[in-house]
Amino acid sequence: MANMEVNILDVLFKNPVITASGTFGFGREYADYFDLSRLGGISSKGLTLNKKDGNKGIRLHETASGLLNSIGLQNPGVDAFIKDELPFMKEQGTVILANVGGGTLEDYLRAVEKLNDTDVDMIELNISCPNVKSGGMAFGIRCVDAEKVVKEVKAICKKPLIVKLSPNAENIVQMAESCVKSGADALSLVNTFSGMAIDISNRKPVFDNTIAGLSGPCIKPIALRMVYEVSKAVNIPIIGMGGIMNYRDAIEFIMAGSDLIQIGSGNFINPTLSLDVINGIEKFMDDEGIKDLSEIKGIM
Amino acid sequence: MREGFKALKIVSNNEISTNIFEIKLVMEHEKEIKPGQFFMIRGWEATDPFLPRPLSVADVEKDCLTFLYEVRGKGTHIISKLLKEDTLEVLGPLGNGFTLEKNKKIALISGGIGIAPMFYLLKNLDAPIDFYAGFRSDVYWMDKIKNHVDNLYLSTEDGSCGHKGFCIDQFDPKKYDLVLTCGPVPMMKKVLSMCEGIVPVQVSMESRMACGIGACLGCTIETPNGMKRVCKEGPVFKGKEVLF
Repeated sequence: MANMEVNILDVLFKNPVITASGTFGFGREYADYFDLSRLGGISSKGLTLNKKDGNKGIRLHETASGLLNSIGLQNPGVDAFIKDELPFMKEQGTVILANVGGGTLEDYLRAVEKLNDTDVDMIELNISCPNVKSGGMAFGIRCVDAEKVVKEVKAICKKPLIVKLSPNAENIVQMAESCVKSGADALSLVNTFSGMAIDISNRKPVFDNTIAGLSGPCIKPIALRMVYEVSKAVNIPIIGMGGIMNYRDAIEFIMAGSDLIQIGSGNFINPTLSLDVINGIEKFMDDEGIKDLSEIKGIM
Repeated sequence: MREGFKALKIVSNNEISTNIFEIKLVMEHEKEIKPGQFFMIRGWEATDPFLPRPLSVADVEKDCLTFLYEVRGKGTHIISKLLKEDTLEVLGPLGNGFTLEKNKKIALISGGIGIAPMFYLLKNLDAPIDFYAGFRSDVYWMDKIKNHVDNLYLSTEDGSCGHKGFCIDQFDPKKYDLVLTCGPVPMMKKVLSMCEGIVPVQVSMESRMACGIGACLGCTIETPNGMKRVCKEGPVFKGKEVLF
C-alpha cells in the first residue's frame, strides 16, 4: 500500500489533497456528498475580520474551460467562523486551514490574533484576492508590500503560516523569495488570474468591478509553470493549485514541486472530485510502485 | 449521504417549440422531488463548457424525469443535440421548492420558459387554480396544463394566441389567497408590486450558478434578511424577501 501521508511543519496530512478556499465553504455542503475525513485538509472560505456581504451584480461568468468569479469575499467574519463553523470543521477529522483575507494590515493582524487561540491547524494568508477593492491584491503584486504584511503577521501568528500567492505578482519567483525572507512557513500558489469579460450587447463589462478572477483548467499550464519555478527557488513547503481536475493533474503539480495540492473550481463541477483525485493518486502510486510521495515530489 | 452526479439514460429529447426542448430521462429508482426543485445537468465530458446547467424539474412520473429548457448558449445547445439512449449527467434534486398549501385559491403566473416548473407544481397542488401564462409568440405545454386548472389565461406579446400583451394584464390579485410565479425579472417584479399588501407571493428565482449546492456563493441575492443563495435557500423565495 502506498503511503500518501505528508507531514509539513509538524502537521500531518493523511493525503496531499486539500480543498481550496472559496470553493468548499466550511465543508457543510460537501459533507452531504462524502465523508470529509477522507480529505487531506480543508481551507476555509476566505475570512475577514468583519462580516462581508460580497460584491453586487453578476458574480460568475463561464469562459472556455474556466470560470471568472467576483464573489468579493462574502463571509461571516472571523468571530462567527470561530463560533459557528470551526467546531463543525474540527469534527470532520481533517486538517483545517483558516484562510484569512484582509482590507488593511490592521484587519489581517486582528483576524490572525483571534485565530491564534483556536483549534485551527494552520493559517493561509490570502494576500491575493483580486475581487476586493483596497484589499488583498494590493499586497500580492509588489514584493515590498508583501514583505510588510507577511513580516507583521508572522510576528504575531502562533500557527504555521502559509502565504497564498497571486499569479498577478510582478515576478512570482521574487515574490516567493520575499515571502520566505519575511517569515512565511509555507507557500500556496496560485490564486486566480486577473481577467475580464464584456457584455457586447450592453457594451459594458460583465462584472461591476470590471476585473474578476479566472480559475479552472484553462490556467493549469501557467500555474504549473509557476509552481515549478517557485519550487526551484525556495526551500519551504509548497501547496500547488490551479485547474486540477483529476489525479493526473495533481501528480503533475507534485512532480513540479508541490508537497500538497489544492482543488478549487473542480469542486463546483463535481462535488466528489477531491475524493476521486485521492483515489486516483493512490491507484497511480500502487500501479507505479511508488511507496511514498517524496519519491516523485519535484523530480523535474 | 446524497448521490453525486449520476448518468441517466435519455428516453426522448424533442424540440416542442422554436428553441424549446422537452427532455425525458429514466431514473433508476424513484426520488422524492418537490415542485420547484432543480437539478444540475451536464451533457458533455470535456471542460468546455465548464459548468453544469441548472434546470428546474418540469415533471416526474414514476421513473421518468422531465425537463423543459430553452437553448440559450453552448451548454443547452449541446444538450439539445443528444439523442435517445444517450446519457445526461444529473445532480439533484437541489434547492427548496415551492411551499405547497391546501384549500386556498391559487394563481400561477409564468412568463416564457418560466413555465418549466409549473406543470409539476400544478399536479401537486390540491386547490382551485387559475393559470396565467405569457409567451412572446410560440405557445407550448398548454395542452398539458389546461386539464389541471380552473381557468387558463393565455397571452402572447404578438397576439398570435390568446390575449395580445402580457399575462399580468388579466391578473387581479384580489381574487387569490396565494400567488406562485416564475419568469423574467420584469414580469415577477410587476407581479410583486401588484400583490404587495394584498396576497402573499412565492417567487422562483433564476441566477448564474457554478456548484448548485451552496458552496460557491455565485448565485447569492440580497434579501432583507441578509444574503441568500438561490441554489440553497431558494430558488423559491417569499415575495417579501426578494429585492429586485
